[in-house]
Amino acid sequence: MSPVSESQKKPMTDQDAENITRTEELAYELKVEEVMTKDLKTLAPDATMQDALEAFREERISGAPVVAKGKLVGLISMEDLIRCLRLNDLAASISDYMTTNPQSIRSKDPVVEALKQFAATHYGRFPVLDEHDSLVGIITKGDLTRGILAALQHDYHEEEVRRYRASHLFEDIESDRSSLILRYNIKKGDFVLGGAASSKIKRALLRLGATPQIARRAGIAVYEAEMNLIIHTTNGGVIRAEIEPHQIAINAYDDGPGIEDVDLAMRPGFSTADDDVRELGFGAGMGLVNIQRCVDSMRLESIIGKGTNLKMKIFLPNQEVMGEGFGQNKES
Amino acid sequence: MNVKELVTLIDGTLLNPSANLMREIRGGCGADLMSDVLASIQPEAVLLTGLCNPQVVRTAQMADVAAIILVRGKVPARETLELAEKEHIALISSPFGMFALCGKLYQAGLPSLERSVNSPACD
Repeated sequence: MSPVSESQKKPMTDQDAENITRTEELAYELKVEEVMTKDLKTLAPDATMQDALEAFREERISGAPVVAKGKLVGLISMEDLIRCLRLNDLAASISDYMTTNPQSIRSKDPVVEALKQFAATHYGRFPVLDEHDSLVGIITKGDLTRGILAALQHDYHEEEVRRYRASHLFEDIESDRSSLILRYNIKKGDFVLGGAASSKIKRALLRLGATPQIARRAGIAVYEAEMNLIIHTTNGGVIRAEIEPHQIAINAYDDGPGIEDVDLAMRPGFSTADDDVRELGFGAGMGLVNIQRCVDSMRLESIIGKGTNLKMKIFLPNQEVMGEGFGQNKES
Repeated sequence: MNVKELVTLIDGTLLNPSANLMREIRGGCGADLMSDVLASIQPEAVLLTGLCNPQVVRTAQMADVAAIILVRGKVPARETLELAEKEHIALISSPFGMFALCGKLYQAGLPSLERSVNSPACD
């Protein structure tokens, strides 16, 4: 914003630098009309200075545009009012004391134009005109600050806030063993939504503070498992992810039809998938092999006619635990 | 090479505006079999594929793929486009075929980010 004098300078942190850049960007992105005050109190040039005084007091404002026949003709401010009070001249008309031909600003201008005008003049407010020269608002330094702060707050990375909150999840909850369980129902044959559960699990892990490597391994494993439920089950199935600071246990289970020969199913390249599934880029008999490579332990249990339960676990080393506040400094 | 430079190099059309044009691409991987991609691709690669369904984007998301190129001027299904837009993964259509694209990118200095089936674990 306005230049900072040497004496005001403080050592700048990375976060400061980031926010300042964003503020500067916002100064160009935001339009004057987005931050200005639209709900305007205007005064007529032939109204008295007494009217101006009443208006300032009632509206708690320190200045107002003066408008005649819909056009801006001047600006009356607290300073003008003080001048008038010293002369004990409250009966005079506003036109006697107002600033005529006030400097104005366009509603479609970027906020940075207003910043420049405030810096270049001593004025506290500028009337805002649209492309037809009609008065549409007024802008003060306070409007600018509020507008930019609101925009900053709005786009302050929501994801980072979520991540920060979740990364401390287990810290304040005392138990001998705490865990977070996520469950997702997977529909048979729903290829369009295929991977949605895995995507949510991966995101949850990242928010909890998992390293990108851990989240990626879990994501790939659970995605293959999710596709298996979509492709091979009778009625779909459930993915259940139990997250603890030191381990992630993911089960993908269904109620049929079950796998006839588990060893054969584990063999690379073996698949019972049909051509439709292969056209989707799956069904090459690599899913289970893939899962095995991504997790630390995997067990496949299946009973024909009853269902299949695929159990996967990823263990987290001490420095990579989740949900205990270590996650906030990790890169994603 | 970043996504923006990639688009220029392959005469591509970026299909989703939400993509981060500055994202850096470390190498490439070409495949139509998503299980192969999941098994072999290393993070931050560009994925070249002829497959146009949403699973391409899901796979990319799981495997930390930096950008997806659809070969031979293919146009994706609406669901695919919507998912790419939502997940901020660059989806690029290029008029060149898979072979030509792999050659172009390799010549431009992108290494292969496909691992052999014999490599032990995913990372």
